[in-house]
Amino acid sequence: MNHSLPTSIGSAGSYHYFAVLTACFTFLLIVAGALVTGNEAGLSVPDWPLSYGSLNPPWEGNIRYEHGHRMVAAFVGLLTIALAVWVWKKETRGPVRKLGWIALGVVVAQGILGGVTVLWYLPAPISVLHACLAQAFFCLVVSLAWLSSPAWERRVRDRSPGLPLNRLAMATAGAIYLQLLLGAIFRHTQSGILPHLLGALLVTLLAGWLIARMFLSPQASSGLTGAATLLGVLLALQLLLGLASWLLRLAAADAVQPEFPVVAVTTAHVAVGALLLANGVILALQSWGVQAGERRAESGLPATPVNP
Amino acid sequence: MMRLTNYLCLPVALLAALFAGACGSVDIDEEGMDEVDGTEAPTVVTRVDPATAATVTGKVYFEGDLPRARRLAMDAEPACAGLHTGPVYSEVVVPNDNKTLQHVFVYVKEGLEGMMFETPAAPAVLDQKGCIYLPHMLGVQVNQPVRILNSDPTTHNVHPTPRNNREWNESMAPGIPPKMKKFPREEVMIPVKCNVHPWMKSYIGVLSHPFFSVTGGDGSFEITGLPPGEYTLEIWHEYLKEGVTTQKVTLAASESKSVEFTLKQAS
Repeated sequence: MNHSLPTSIGSAGSYHYFAVLTACFTFLLIVAGALVTGNEAGLSVPDWPLSYGSLNPPWEGNIRYEHGHRMVAAFVGLLTIALAVWVWKKETRGPVRKLGWIALGVVVAQGILGGVTVLWYLPAPISVLHACLAQAFFCLVVSLAWLSSPAWERRVRDRSPGLPLNRLAMATAGAIYLQLLLGAIFRHTQSGILPHLLGALLVTLLAGWLIARMFLSPQASSGLTGAATLLGVLLALQLLLGLASWLLRLAAADAVQPEFPVVAVTTAHVAVGALLLANGVILALQSWGVQAGERRAESGLPATPVNP
Repeated sequence: MMRLTNYLCLPVALLAALFAGACGSVDIDEEGMDEVDGTEAPTVVTRVDPATAATVTGKVYFEGDLPRARRLAMDAEPACAGLHTGPVYSEVVVPNDNKTLQHVFVYVKEGLEGMMFETPAAPAVLDQKGCIYLPHMLGVQVNQPVRILNSDPTTHNVHPTPRNNREWNESMAPGIPPKMKKFPREEVMIPVKCNVHPWMKSYIGVLSHPFFSVTGGDGSFEITGLPPGEYTLEIWHEYLKEGVTTQKVTLAASESKSVEFTLKQAS
């Protein structure tokens, strides 16, 4: 595992708030995408990249969801272009500099996948890939926002080799992403829910273990326990939303059109899943700083304050 | 085969979408499609002597409880809701007062092998009126034209999702001329959906012969002009799948027989 991320953000802080803005709109885009799926609106606009041969189609029925999603996506694409250029201009850390271009490549691929889903009438593998790439893109933008933040500068100045908590945080973030993949497969293929339930169990175990480790850490500052609490709250909320959306889906099995409670709860489930993943990614990133603090404490040095 | 072709066309589709923006308007007329399979099709049209033609009539009953009729939520769409004076209900399960069902597709499944029937030149009509499909269930022959109308003051898209025919998805703005479509392969049934108004669903049964019917307001059906012979009749309902769904019937020249079917909810 490479733990050699440079710590000084230098002038990168100049794009931090822009990265946060991009992350916010990306979250909005994920919500808009979930609304498209929930309302069965994916093919309400038969053409792509234009909508009904126009940039301003009739704002009727499900066209609102699909074209709204496209508009937010186009805006996020523009934001990402600007962010990538900004990162390239201002960022001095090589790995972080690359993240801007990777994010741009992913958002372009994501746009093409969105078009392919329309032109090929929502083939399940493409729809699943589209859903998962959206979350990967969100992770990238959140990472850029975090790595350019003053908090990152404070927390990871004292780097250290990887320790179990670091690996556990990475494993938790990976498990959350896997769980989002299983959720997308369940949603887009109407397959059995068992893999998604097992994924929930895995995430719960890993996140629970991580939360416990964070609380029990010698560096269990209020910031660290706060981060652990946020992870726990998001996890609990996500489990409740998952249960509720499943029960509502069962209750609405004979529905003749998408029903508001189902759409609202499943959309919230997707949204909180994205927040959980972002939280997991930030915890994984900041675990470098936490580990440094622990190492320093064990060696008798004053610990670096940890205030996630 | 069609799926494989679609996937092999990925680069072409992407390029076309990116640089021409024209993929959504690709002509998807069904006439140039491949044959259904490798079996040798009859080449001589079967003529049924009207003097010996037989008839099957009957009714489709239901037993047990049926799901309650669901009211369609058009409230968010004034262009649709304004077309109705009262509530509109789903046509998924429509019982009649005499314990029979509407919208059941009845067709000859077996007994016509080796025969070929003329394809009607007159189109079947599928209208979008009041933000519902009229009729809800439609039978056509292979390659028979289907005339699709939009009589509404709002935009619809027409999206059949077949298994054996080619899928397509086209928009229909208000006042647009009718679309003419054909389905070159037999298929019972092809769901048709409007993704703009997701409650709008219809079903098209495509057969190589004209011996089919859809039950109406009294649950009855009639299939006329059959050559004498032994047939298997089958029914199809979009929701109710259990019960007596097939019947064998032997028809002598000019004979008329009645058969009954019964459907019930899955236990």
